[in-house]
Amino acid sequence: MGDFSEFSLPIRLFLRAYPWRRIDPVPWAPLHKPLARCRLSLISSGGFVLPDQVPFDASIPGGDPSFREIPSDVQVRTLIDTHRSETFDHAGLREDPNVAFPVDRVRELVESGRIGSVNRRQLSFMGSITAPGRLMRQTAPEAARWLLADEVDVALLVPV
Amino acid sequence: MCNQAVGLVAAELERQGISTVAIQLLREVAERVRPPRALFVPFPHGYPLGKAKDPQGQHAVLDAALRLLEDDALKPPVLVDYHLSKD
Repeated sequence: MGDFSEFSLPIRLFLRAYPWRRIDPVPWAPLHKPLARCRLSLISSGGFVLPDQVPFDASIPGGDPSFREIPSDVQVRTLIDTHRSETFDHAGLREDPNVAFPVDRVRELVESGRIGSVNRRQLSFMGSITAPGRLMRQTAPEAARWLLADEVDVALLVPV
Repeated sequence: MCNQAVGLVAAELERQGISTVAIQLLREVAERVRPPRALFVPFPHGYPLGKAKDPQGQHAVLDAALRLLEDDALKPPVLVDYHLSKD
């Protein structure tokens, strides 16, 4: 676990040859107040949508860079896994979406006082994006604008 | 690909002043992409917080991630291993 050996040979070859986007310089936003006073937003790339939302589009070449808004009071059992990738086992996150979208756990952290509050909206992406240009130029900056407007201090990001 | 996507989103948020911590499931990808602040977990793909229906285990991962936000000594890019409890 934790390395390319987890995948089939064709996937391993693809991952080895893939031009991973190197973040350089690495930006840094240190925390300026205790977590107990911070507003947190959850961002998952698990491809979750609500029943009334448009599923992620698996047919877009290079991947679907859009995101969905998930309200903080969502019942996790209503989240639908629409992630297109067949390279991982979907059974766990279908049984318990908290595995990749831990909104129940985040609400418990608020109840315990570990974090100040959970933002009114969480963000759901589908991370199987091989051509991340639109993600970098459009949708990630849009997500940042949303969270800045919500005065979010901290984001927790969860891939699958 | 998911690991790269959350890393790229995290970088944009940090550029805009929002502190981030990202779970990472592939060390090789994390080292190449370099998300600003990341916790590498020893779980299979599809299980970034570990087992389903395991609130205690999921909280342990989240707490380790949140601690990275509180550690003033860390410098970017941060990539810290999550160690499974022996309990």
